[in-house]
Amino acid sequence: MAASPPPFPPPSGPIPEHGVELLRDMLRIRRFEEACAELYSATKIRGFLHLYIGEEAVATGTMRALGPDDAIVATYREHGHALLRGVGANALMAEMFGRSDGCSGGRGGSMHIFDANTRFYGGNAIVAGGLPIAVGLALADRMLGRDRVTACFFGEGAMAEGEFHESLNLAALWNLPVLFLCENNHYAMGSALELTESQTNLALKAACYEVAAWTVDGMDVVAVERETERAVLAIRGDGGPVFLEAQTYRFRAHSMYDPDLYRDHAEVAEWKERHDPIELFAARLREQGMLDDATLEGLERDIAAELETAIAFAEASEPEPVESLTRHLYAPGPA
Amino acid sequence: MSSAPATTTLTYRDAVREAMREAMHADERIFLMGEDVGRYGGGFGVSKGMLAEFGPERIRDAPLSESAFTGAGIGAALNGMRPIVEIMTVNFSLLALDQIMNNAATLRHMSGGQFEIPLVIRMCTGGGRQLAAQHSHSLEGWYAHIPGIKVLAPATIADARGMLAPALADPNPVLIFEHGSLYNVEGELPDPPPAVDIARAAVMRAGEDVTLIAYGGMLARTLEAAELLAGQGVDAEVLDLRVLRPLDEETVLASVRHTHRAVVVDEAWRSGSLAAEVSARIAEQAFYDLDAPVERVCGAEVPAPYPAHLEQAATPQAETIAAAALRTVGRDG
Repeated sequence: MAASPPPFPPPSGPIPEHGVELLRDMLRIRRFEEACAELYSATKIRGFLHLYIGEEAVATGTMRALGPDDAIVATYREHGHALLRGVGANALMAEMFGRSDGCSGGRGGSMHIFDANTRFYGGNAIVAGGLPIAVGLALADRMLGRDRVTACFFGEGAMAEGEFHESLNLAALWNLPVLFLCENNHYAMGSALELTESQTNLALKAACYEVAAWTVDGMDVVAVERETERAVLAIRGDGGPVFLEAQTYRFRAHSMYDPDLYRDHAEVAEWKERHDPIELFAARLREQGMLDDATLEGLERDIAAELETAIAFAEASEPEPVESLTRHLYAPGPA
Repeated sequence: MSSAPATTTLTYRDAVREAMREAMHADERIFLMGEDVGRYGGGFGVSKGMLAEFGPERIRDAPLSESAFTGAGIGAALNGMRPIVEIMTVNFSLLALDQIMNNAATLRHMSGGQFEIPLVIRMCTGGGRQLAAQHSHSLEGWYAHIPGIKVLAPATIADARGMLAPALADPNPVLIFEHGSLYNVEGELPDPPPAVDIARAAVMRAGEDVTLIAYGGMLARTLEAAELLAGQGVDAEVLDLRVLRPLDEETVLASVRHTHRAVVVDEAWRSGSLAAEVSARIAEQAFYDLDAPVERVCGAEVPAPYPAHLEQAATPQAETIAAAALRTVGRDG
């Protein structure tokens, strides 16, 4: 079953002044993940590795629209979100390596990136398992009178889980400041949207819970940023939750274990060729005179240097001593 | 001039309520969330009157969404609050098991110690009320299997009153299992009530001949069994496990080393039970102190039946506990 191209016209229109930064951010994710794929093949990274390549515009646009006090709840495909949220590439790569300097002390790995400093609450590898947590983070903010937003990322596959429905209902019922951000890449692992949802209009489905809900072209970074800003503005104050669906596409397999047998190669090729968020955006920047070869080379050079440093850092980081196996299981003593 | 210490008469239900009221008056971060905790007064009447006292923000009626409101409790705990989540019964808690197991128990370790989850989850457990096979089970042993959470089982009014405060002060997720058949039990407590710990098992009756180990709803009938045994010249020591995770091995082993015999009583199914765990630890660490094989008295391995006579047959009774103890001293049970 072919996933249809997004029902959006080719991205056009004005680009904000920070356009080159948006391109840089997307490139940082892509190059980081390309390196991860290689490091996986080199057995430096193990376990499951889920790549975000193709979906970069979503994390890039949304992270721009969030403030430092806001919270993030993400999925197991969260390297890009963490990187742009400000979890350093060094700590992130060390976590992929399972080393002690990783952002989760090496205990989480690719699927469980955590960073209290940037209010990054995982890295949740149970589909839809992060949604109730996001509701609770927002509940605490509301009860403590803090004007903060919790952005909760999940794939469209999560919408078949009960926790999605329970969480949307609860957030709407209690008018909580949650941005439910659905990254619809059209496949729940190997199952196409049409095979998993009776109602494939996801915004319509979410709207049943009296939540403001709309859809954005997830391959257009400018549109994602704009619509996330709109959503966050609607949530702040006393606005209640918003559901934003970003339609996107995963260029790589579900994980490094996935032989990718459930979709046509032609379909994947078409998405890569016609809808690559980085290529599309770079072309727009050039058209508008905001990008030239030298600038792009400069970006690539800086990113390569950042990555090289991160990989060296991860290589040099010590493994956690075996004696620390049960450390962090319980917090010591009554607070 | 001296006077008798002041005491208060109250039920187990009142004791839990008083503990919650006291905690909520002392700390504004504490709130209660669950199904029917507010307007209804709690499925078992535990929070009756608290809505009027604390208002709907802090006595928060949740929809029938165990996973979402339990997960919301975890999120709120991560973000500065001290929630008490009430799940109506342990059977319903299975709908929240993802949140308890995959999030509450793991987040701290998996994040390298970056987060604390000061969350208390209370729920009703156990049978004896003819509620059949979806409201009567004793699944606390399953929860006691999970590293990263603490599991308490108050069997007495003192513990029902006293365990909540240290559980709320604990920076870890703590599950409290209240046995449904205990809510109406009445007793006296000193006023003010004594502080209790949530680390140690308690010797409820000292004895010389055999150690009877129980918790929760089985404690009272185990003490009853000790009385029956006394009538037959067997002096039983009775331990209340109280804390199901982490287990207070030291108290259990000290008692067994003293009496040289042990009977483990567990309302839950025998296979893979907490009773199996306690028995194994005794066998591992006190084998040469034993004068008889460890006995177990557990729930029958069937879904809890509705009719009273079958439910009784499926549940440890004072007589079956006493019979097991007699076998350990070489007498026919």
